[in-house]
Amino acid sequence: MAASTLERPLAARPSTWFVWAGMTAFGVFLLGILVAVVVDSFGRQWFDTWLPDGLTTERYTEAWDRFALGEVVGVTVGVAVLVVVISIAVGVPAAYVLARRDFPGKRAIMLLFLLPVLMPPITYGIPLATVMYSFGLGRTLTAVVLVNLVPSVPFVILTMTPFIEQINPAIESAARMCGARTWQVFTRILAPLLVPGILAAAILVLVRTVGLFELTFLVSGPGSDTLVVAIYRGMTAAGGGEARQLISAMSVIYTATMLVMLVVALRFVNPTQLVAQVKETRDD
Amino acid sequence: MRGGRQRATASLRHRLAERGVDPALLLLVPGLVVALALFVYPFSYGIGLTIQPTAAMQEQWGGGIFANYVAFFSDPFVFDSVGITMRLALPAALFNVLASVPVAMVLRHRFRGKRLLTSLLVLPITLGTVLTAQGLLIFAGRQGWINRTLLASGLIEEPLRLVNNYLGVMFSLVITGFPFAFLLISSYLSGIDPSLEQAAKTLGAGWWQRFRRIVLPLLAPGLATTFVLTFVLAFSVFPSARLVGDAMGETRVMSLMAFRAFGEQNDYAMASTIALMMGAVELIVVVAVLGLRSLLYRGTTGGKG
Repeated sequence: MAASTLERPLAARPSTWFVWAGMTAFGVFLLGILVAVVVDSFGRQWFDTWLPDGLTTERYTEAWDRFALGEVVGVTVGVAVLVVVISIAVGVPAAYVLARRDFPGKRAIMLLFLLPVLMPPITYGIPLATVMYSFGLGRTLTAVVLVNLVPSVPFVILTMTPFIEQINPAIESAARMCGARTWQVFTRILAPLLVPGILAAAILVLVRTVGLFELTFLVSGPGSDTLVVAIYRGMTAAGGGEARQLISAMSVIYTATMLVMLVVALRFVNPTQLVAQVKETRDD
Repeated sequence: MRGGRQRATASLRHRLAERGVDPALLLLVPGLVVALALFVYPFSYGIGLTIQPTAAMQEQWGGGIFANYVAFFSDPFVFDSVGITMRLALPAALFNVLASVPVAMVLRHRFRGKRLLTSLLVLPITLGTVLTAQGLLIFAGRQGWINRTLLASGLIEEPLRLVNNYLGVMFSLVITGFPFAFLLISSYLSGIDPSLEQAAKTLGAGWWQRFRRIVLPLLAPGLATTFVLTFVLAFSVFPSARLVGDAMGETRVMSLMAFRAFGEQNDYAMASTIALMMGAVELIVVVAVLGLRSLLYRGTTGGKG
């Protein structure tokens, strides 16, 4: 990659211009969408003009009260944190075994962990939600946490397995030679080495859980809706949905939360690299 | 279950350990419990449900215990959703993959502002479909900035209909799917050794020849994988089909039909049937693409080592 940078021609080729034009169009759309929502959320009224007439922050307080956003945000954060903690606690040991050991049935187990990532969420979400309702868990927080575990645990396993593979096994062998037990190897040797990987996986699971719509939507109800689901319900409520500006205000709150998490995530992990690592596990 | 096997005689334990079965495998148990209880069990339960149709279904469609399947294939309102989903998901996935290749090729070089551009491309992943939908409704709606600009510049007389139809869902699929495809393709591209291309260049190959003979064959497996993953994303489109699409018309996708049976008609058996059929249709496409890939190319992929 470094070598190819030296031989760039001075004048860009037409194909390059074409790519840049496409990228600009994409950027315009993306920024347009973002800016439109933000402007709308601060607008007093916005119908037939370029910009809304008058700015206000009332929409935020109004949306906050109207949709009980305090509770919704609390639920969102609570569910996300629980899902992260559980999927890390369950996924990392499993990833360790899959990275280090070879045993009969390993391929089948890998496939079992891969399936939920490859299938459309609705496909397993509907039977899963049916089971939740038949156990009387429908519309509860427990159900929301449980359904979110289905894609999260495999996701942790798929991201952590290559990460663990690159840690030199000789370090563990040395610890065992010095008399450490499995638990000690985990807490004293592996845990410190795994911290960056665990952090990256945790933040990605957090972002995914906050953003996951389909599965949460199927089992949640009043009191257990996360922010995305609340926005969707606001948009599709009977009678044409809620006032547009209120939805925009909610969306801005959502995006702000996501962006903060993304900025934190990017400090710990390079996205391209992580996708490549995940992909390699999927590939073999 | 593995724990039980290890409590046998020492020699059995030894023999098992030689094949890699030892107490350390117990670490897998929590993961397996989650996968079995929350994925395998509900899935099999769902398959069981599909052959327990409601009395009303049996009455209307016949076919005994397979009434749900009969209904799925003979009710045009439901069955047409397969074609509708494909008409959205296939072009969207194809576009996302094909558009990512030139962009990733250009962005492979180092230049000023690359980090900013990459971050800009990753941004939509965090926006999620619901916010993208809200933004599209405002930005591309009748009174939105796009139509306003076009009207003001005199290019069009009437505002274009860009949302609440097929086009709106397509926009939303590209905005959420393209960054994902781009990330995957660029990681594949970065795994292709640049010295191969340099060698070709030394031997006098033009850029098209270099792309056609060197990059494309090495990228082909990655393209197939990316296509599959993007297709899965586009195939399960649900919120955007409802919010920026025409939910009862040209974007009546399978997931909407499944949800309608689940949430509005409370017919869990029919909902599971549609959901399973969705999985089956998706599987057919995935297998076809991966089969095509193994026909065309066998060997290592260009992923990062």
